[in-house]
Amino acid sequence: MTLTQTQTPAILVEGLMKRYGTGGTAVDALKGVDMAVNPGEVVGLIGPSGSGKSTLLKALGAVIEPTGGKITLDGNPVYDHGWKIKDLRALRRDRIGFVFQAPYLIPFLNATDNVALIPMLAGMPDAGARQRALGLLQVLDVGHRAAAQVSELSGGEQQRVSIARALANHPPIILADEPTAPLDSQRALAVMRILNGLAKQYQTAIIVVTHDEKIIPTFKRIYHIRDGKTYEEAGEGRDIG
Amino acid sequence: MINLAGRDIRHHGGRYIFTGLGLGLLIGVTLTMAGVYRGLVDDGKALIDNSGADLWVVQQGTLGPYAEPSALHDDVYRSLRALPGVGETGNVTYQTMQVRHANKDVRVMVAGVEPDAPGAPLYLVSGRPIIRNHYEAVADVKTGFKQGDKIKLRHYEYTVVGITRRMVSSGGDPMLFIPVQDAQEEQFVRDADAIVSDRQRLAQNPRLNPPGVPGVLAAVQENQVSSRSVNAVLVKVAKGYDPKNLAGTVKRWKRLGAYTKDEMTDILVVKMIAVSARQIFMFLVILTVVSAAIIAFIIYTMTIGKIREIAVLKLVGTRNLTLASMIMQEALGLGLIGFMSGKVVATIWAPYFPKYVLLVPQDALSAFAVAMLVSALASLLGIRTALKVDPAEAIGG
Repeated sequence: MTLTQTQTPAILVEGLMKRYGTGGTAVDALKGVDMAVNPGEVVGLIGPSGSGKSTLLKALGAVIEPTGGKITLDGNPVYDHGWKIKDLRALRRDRIGFVFQAPYLIPFLNATDNVALIPMLAGMPDAGARQRALGLLQVLDVGHRAAAQVSELSGGEQQRVSIARALANHPPIILADEPTAPLDSQRALAVMRILNGLAKQYQTAIIVVTHDEKIIPTFKRIYHIRDGKTYEEAGEGRDIG
Repeated sequence: MINLAGRDIRHHGGRYIFTGLGLGLLIGVTLTMAGVYRGLVDDGKALIDNSGADLWVVQQGTLGPYAEPSALHDDVYRSLRALPGVGETGNVTYQTMQVRHANKDVRVMVAGVEPDAPGAPLYLVSGRPIIRNHYEAVADVKTGFKQGDKIKLRHYEYTVVGITRRMVSSGGDPMLFIPVQDAQEEQFVRDADAIVSDRQRLAQNPRLNPPGVPGVLAAVQENQVSSRSVNAVLVKVAKGYDPKNLAGTVKRWKRLGAYTKDEMTDILVVKMIAVSARQIFMFLVILTVVSAAIIAFIIYTMTIGKIREIAVLKLVGTRNLTLASMIMQEALGLGLIGFMSGKVVATIWAPYFPKYVLLVPQDALSAFAVAMLVSALASLLGIRTALKVDPAEAIGG
């Protein structure tokens, strides 16, 4: 694990294990994963199908409980004894942003409201939430599409709106699940440029799960996951502007 | 906070509205069925209220002219008038007939009444009441007869001199009022061929035509063609007398049946339409269940159609209560659209029903409450589905 010792990692995973099922049919999806991501850092998580990527992402996203090990997000240990569903829900809402392979925007809300809904759920007044959403859409260069319905947005615009949504509560952590898979090289690199920019601007720790050869050279650090274990390596960290 | 239900409804506007309208047709049918029942009850009450009588004197042991056959001699009213408390009396006959008019068969209840006596229609919408003892008629507007029309019954032709309304039998047939003497002949006197045939049979019967006693056959034949019966005598009770006590007196001293207005209402409304009411109630239950099934199905499919969005919403921290509230609001919205459109269509089509359909606000209120309740219950399936969605579904793998 290569960490800048002066920083507290935004994501710290120690000896994480997850077993599905019991007895003879039990499957160990994670067998002692270690990982650390600093604030403002974008790291890649790469692995073949069935390697445990999604399981790790779900555990980090506080939607499945690991069977062993420890996750510390933004200094808070997750799944500590006594955590309730509502605590996990609040953690996901306030501390974690999600970007998916497909944008999964709410089709009956326009671009602004898709983003504004997140701070509203956290209790922010409507006007403030919409203002914040508009600001994020401007940052992501889709401010001119703020009033558009989801069906009126192009694929690239939808993905940028979904990134804005992930940032809506200014989370210290973003988990991105193959965010560039459906995009061509140019758009994929544009998305990575946005994520890198946001990581720097908001000091957000971002994990990008990917198979995408186009974007792998952009990571400075990469975690390979194989058979439920992670192996860290230095990436090319290619400058994409 | 954004109203998610409102936005979703707007997003699926066309489908949602059309579903609501479809549901509205069902609710309209439900309201109409309730209206048919109310109409039955109201028809029964109108028949009694508009007769102007306080007491129905009928053949002993029968339920009276509307529910069972009843025959009395047409001079019974004389002895009734001698009783203290009897104000006015009116002989009446009732008979359901099919009348051919303007190339159409019209089923009517022919009521024989005495002019200006209990039993005659109290209110006319046009024309005048019957004032002659023969060949005049007053028709309910639902017969389709017009003032001045000539109506041929079994024996005679009648001129419609007045039109009344809300006078129908318990079976829903509109009434045609004619003078009681004519009605007696229409009801009790047979046609000429039948009389000739009967005379021949009587003449061949040695007990009714005994040799050497010539007067017997003539007397029997005279009796065969007489029309001295009525179905009931309607009594208006004099001021200061209690109809219940008078009914008791008639039963005790005249050996006749007698029913007060309340008792006759009970016979006509409660007893006679009890089966129809149960029938209608079964329809109402079925329609309610079908409506619930439709709402549940629509809400369920709407929920299934946005499973991924629900998973995302849950992943980003939406509370279960917010999601349940969204689904329930959508279901209640369907119920509301259904109720409003149902009320409108029921109001539009009710007058075109052959029988009286009475839509009362009380039924509309009940229908609204039931529609909302059923919608809320029907949404539970969709809510259950939404709550079971795992937020992890939003993440691939």
